[in-house]
Amino acid sequence: MYSNDQLKEVSTQVRRDILRMVGIAKSGHPGGSMSSTDILTTLYFNEMKQDPATWTRDGKGQDMFILSAGHMTPVYYSVLARAGYFPVSELATFRSFGARLQGHPSIRKGLPGVFQASGSLGQGLSAAAGLALGKKLDKEDNFVYCLCGDGESEEGQIWEAGMFAVFHKLDNLIAMTDWNGKQIDGPVDQVAGEGDLAAKWEAWDWNVIVAEGHDFDSIKKAFELAKAGKGSGKPTMILFKTEMGHGVDFMAGTHKWHGSVPKPEQLEDALKQLGETSLGDF
Amino acid sequence: MKKYIDTGKKDTRSGFGVGLLEAGRADSRVVALTADLKGSLKMDAFAAEFPERFIQCGIAEANMVGAAAGLAITGKVPFIGSFAEFVTGRVYDQVRQEVAYGKANVKIASSHAGVTLGEDGATHQTMEDLALMRALPDMVVINPCDFNQTKNATIAAAKYEGPVYLRFGRPNVPNFTPENEEFVIGKAQILNEGKDVTIVACGHLVWEALQAAEALEAEGICAEVINMATVKPLDEEALIASAAKTKAVVVAEEHNMAGGLGEAVAGALARALPTPVEFINGQDRFGQSGTPSALLAAYGLDAQHIAEAAKKVIERK
Repeated sequence: MYSNDQLKEVSTQVRRDILRMVGIAKSGHPGGSMSSTDILTTLYFNEMKQDPATWTRDGKGQDMFILSAGHMTPVYYSVLARAGYFPVSELATFRSFGARLQGHPSIRKGLPGVFQASGSLGQGLSAAAGLALGKKLDKEDNFVYCLCGDGESEEGQIWEAGMFAVFHKLDNLIAMTDWNGKQIDGPVDQVAGEGDLAAKWEAWDWNVIVAEGHDFDSIKKAFELAKAGKGSGKPTMILFKTEMGHGVDFMAGTHKWHGSVPKPEQLEDALKQLGETSLGDF
Repeated sequence: MKKYIDTGKKDTRSGFGVGLLEAGRADSRVVALTADLKGSLKMDAFAAEFPERFIQCGIAEANMVGAAAGLAITGKVPFIGSFAEFVTGRVYDQVRQEVAYGKANVKIASSHAGVTLGEDGATHQTMEDLALMRALPDMVVINPCDFNQTKNATIAAAKYEGPVYLRFGRPNVPNFTPENEEFVIGKAQILNEGKDVTIVACGHLVWEALQAAEALEAEGICAEVINMATVKPLDEEALIASAAKTKAVVVAEEHNMAGGLGEAVAGALARALPTPVEFINGQDRFGQSGTPSALLAAYGLDAQHIAEAAKKVIERK
């Protein structure tokens, strides 16, 4: 188990990786990546039963994770690399021709750790529900995790998956929403009027947990509560309250960094704000 | 010409139901999903025998496609069943991302395809699905001709590793292929050897093509009839060998022109052996309500139209 200090250090390094990756690629999605960094760091370093050395796409005997909001590849790839799925040096190839680190997750380039293609929004929760049902049919007691965006949850298929997971009693499914309140075109409540996600998931009869997505104690507690839901017959949705662009002052709390890349001088400023870690840059 | 006996009219979707049950008995990885069309897809017997492996999804096709992909990733062999329009056009992006691009071992069981769905009318009668599925890299596309072949193709699809689109229909049609003939994906069947013209057909129109060949024989024309049940990958070798012999080709399908078997055949011939081709298909139209036989005639898809097209293409040699 990682202490909060250790998780903080990994998260800081992951945020550095995110910014350097999109800086090198001159494209990518840093905003949501930085809002979900602390969640994914805790998930991979503390929560999931997973082993990069024995990883296979069928996920047999391991916990599985689907990134439904597939554009958040910077954080996903950095966390996978830092967790040992592939060399951290490979992060420098993000979005380049021939790279295993495609713009959105792909299973066609042989990148370890990725179970399914994603990026066309709203679809990952269905795939995760299928994984969870597969594990139930095989009488495996591992969990399936899935990260969605709040903007992404405007897709109707998310709610189809919500109905399906309850109907099939998928209490081994732990979904998470990066509830940063922002999407490309602006604040979520000004783009689509999504309303109260907690009330909606409760109405859908899920086990709903609201947590602070940048507070490691709160994140750990949420996962504990979610896993305790096993046996209840209900899937869990953890709504993590987060801030887009978290960790860098000029990026925090605005939708403008959803899919924009810092200029060289901004990158320098951002990296200075984050500070260096003992893990080192790729 | 070789005689084919109709052993009793049956619907191809029931062939799927029997094939699914057999596949399920042979392989415990086989699971079946439907979006509130268990009865229409003839999944009842499978559901009764394997209740845990039958997964009802409700009227939510998009989620069904994704859930099937997830099940496939864990090692299951999922068949998802609905009407042809609702497992293709309605969920094209899901099939593209989750099944084809995601290389998930999902079998798309597509019933009620084409105008022979009949009375429900155009909203439910897709004439575009072969085009949509052919356009996807790595997707195998199969449109078997009768009950027996649909059963055998279902069993073959379960054994094949990778995405398969399996298209069949609602009406009772002649059942004339052998009961237990192994279905080989990608292999065309020469149902009748001929020398004057080649008729390539798939699905319900294979029987119509045989009827056309009989009528042509009475006029002294010897037609070769090819059942191209696998639309993709196309058996180009069989096609080109036949075209080299007859030098005239008719392609018949219960589908529109754009992207269908006709264009696949024409493309293959254009590359290897330019040959005159006539097309029997729905052209560029939507369907409408009516009985299956009335619609086949009205859309120019029956034996009579195929025979006329054969005579026309022979004149173009």
